[in-house]
Amino acid sequence: MPAQSIWTLLSWGPDGWSDDIASGVLVTIALALATLPIGLVIGFFVAFAKQHEEPSLRLAGNIYTTVFRGLPELVTLFLFFFGMPLLLQYVVRLFNPDATIDVNSFVAGMIVLALIFSSYASEVFLSAFRAIPKGQYEGGYAIGLSKWQTMRLVILPQLIRIAFPGLENCWLSLLKDTSLVSVVNLAETLRQSGVAARVTKHSFLFYSVAALIFLALAVLSSIATSYILRYLGRREAR
Amino acid sequence: MSVSQAIAIDKPPPQARGWPRARILGYALVGIWILFGAGIVAYLVYAWNPEFFARYAPAYLQGLGTTLSLVAISMVLGAILSLPVAYGRMSKDPILSGLAYCYVYFFRGTPLLVQTYLVYYGIGSFRPELETVGLWWFFREAFYCGVFAFSLNTAAYQAEILRGAIESVPRGQWEGAASLGLHKLQTLRKVVLPQAIIVALRPYGNELILMIKASAIVAIITVYDLMGNAKLAYAKSFDIQAYIWVAIVYLVMVEILRHGVEWIERRITVHLHR
Repeated sequence: MPAQSIWTLLSWGPDGWSDDIASGVLVTIALALATLPIGLVIGFFVAFAKQHEEPSLRLAGNIYTTVFRGLPELVTLFLFFFGMPLLLQYVVRLFNPDATIDVNSFVAGMIVLALIFSSYASEVFLSAFRAIPKGQYEGGYAIGLSKWQTMRLVILPQLIRIAFPGLENCWLSLLKDTSLVSVVNLAETLRQSGVAARVTKHSFLFYSVAALIFLALAVLSSIATSYILRYLGRREAR
Repeated sequence: MSVSQAIAIDKPPPQARGWPRARILGYALVGIWILFGAGIVAYLVYAWNPEFFARYAPAYLQGLGTTLSLVAISMVLGAILSLPVAYGRMSKDPILSGLAYCYVYFFRGTPLLVQTYLVYYGIGSFRPELETVGLWWFFREAFYCGVFAFSLNTAAYQAEILRGAIESVPRGQWEGAASLGLHKLQTLRKVVLPQAIIVALRPYGNELILMIKASAIVAIITVYDLMGNAKLAYAKSFDIQAYIWVAIVYLVMVEILRHGVEWIERRITVHLHR
């Protein structure tokens, strides 16, 4: 094989790999963005349970965090990717004896990342809950708001503002954790770069490209979050 | 308003009795967890296979040793490497602090998996050059590459922990020590570090836990650590208990460490509690 220049390798089109890697970047971003809302909602409810006065709710929330924060991300991913089809198959076969189940690696990745993200986010939400004085709840009840209304109109807006910097960290680690899903054959950034590296034998080049892409995504996220922070700050000043 | 009513208001609110909705939900969720745990135990009992155990348990133990030595070596090397990086981050020289900042930003901003690939496959692809320099023996071994990548990565995190801890000690402590005639190194050792350790303990503990969890990554670059052996056992037997056992081992390790760190923290902050 004639030696190709790196510019050919990095070009867009049939000779280059940029288009393949770009499609991988789209998958990475889609995976992270799809996980974020699920993880945030689960994380909020887990934190809500962990600060509740009911001990059994607290216990259930703490078990959740202990399990999904204590397991290595890769182990959780493999357990779900290989274990979930077995479980689903067992259940489905009760109704339809010859069904086979395959789990999409995008969905498996999304579930696992949501579990991990939510267990970290729940700790952030929990400390934000603790930072809100009790008087805020009492004030809400005193003017006749129901529990749910107090939560939505009084507590939640403050909670988001307090939790935001911590959630930003969670988002950055979520972005990095998406690379793990490449090991179950999801065609995201790292996977596509790896394919390019193996085919062209320019491993260092393509893995550096992958590293730079993740770095660029992190930089873009911090620009975006600083905008959101400024917006939240303006809302507060008003 | 009668006196008895006024007293009644001052009492703490009564504990909810009976079955409020939150309690029903809480018991249901705990019940689900118990069912889940019982299901896993039942599965492990049902799938109990002495042959599987006899065949893979020694491999798992050996893998545990590999994982622990990988983490221990990387943590120590990372701690040594973090000293100059933290020094650079705190220095007033713009070039030095800029370099340290870039180092930290790169290693914290990119996934550890990418860094590991970059070392093992990336640097490893320069075989002829490495052979002439005489470093090929190092980059040929997946374990050494893992240690290399992990040390660089944890050095970035540890440098930030160190910097945060040292900067958390107020300036007055430095000035007080200087006015007593202690020089900088003495001040650092006898005045600043004892106070910084209290701040740094928890982040260091978290970093250790994160490293143990992250070390599972080396299984992908063919190191037979705990996770690597689980992968091998699964590939040979297609038995999901290969991963369940490894998950239990990791969970136990992390919990022991977490409680250990909490215990040490309670011990070294005794003088702060009244």
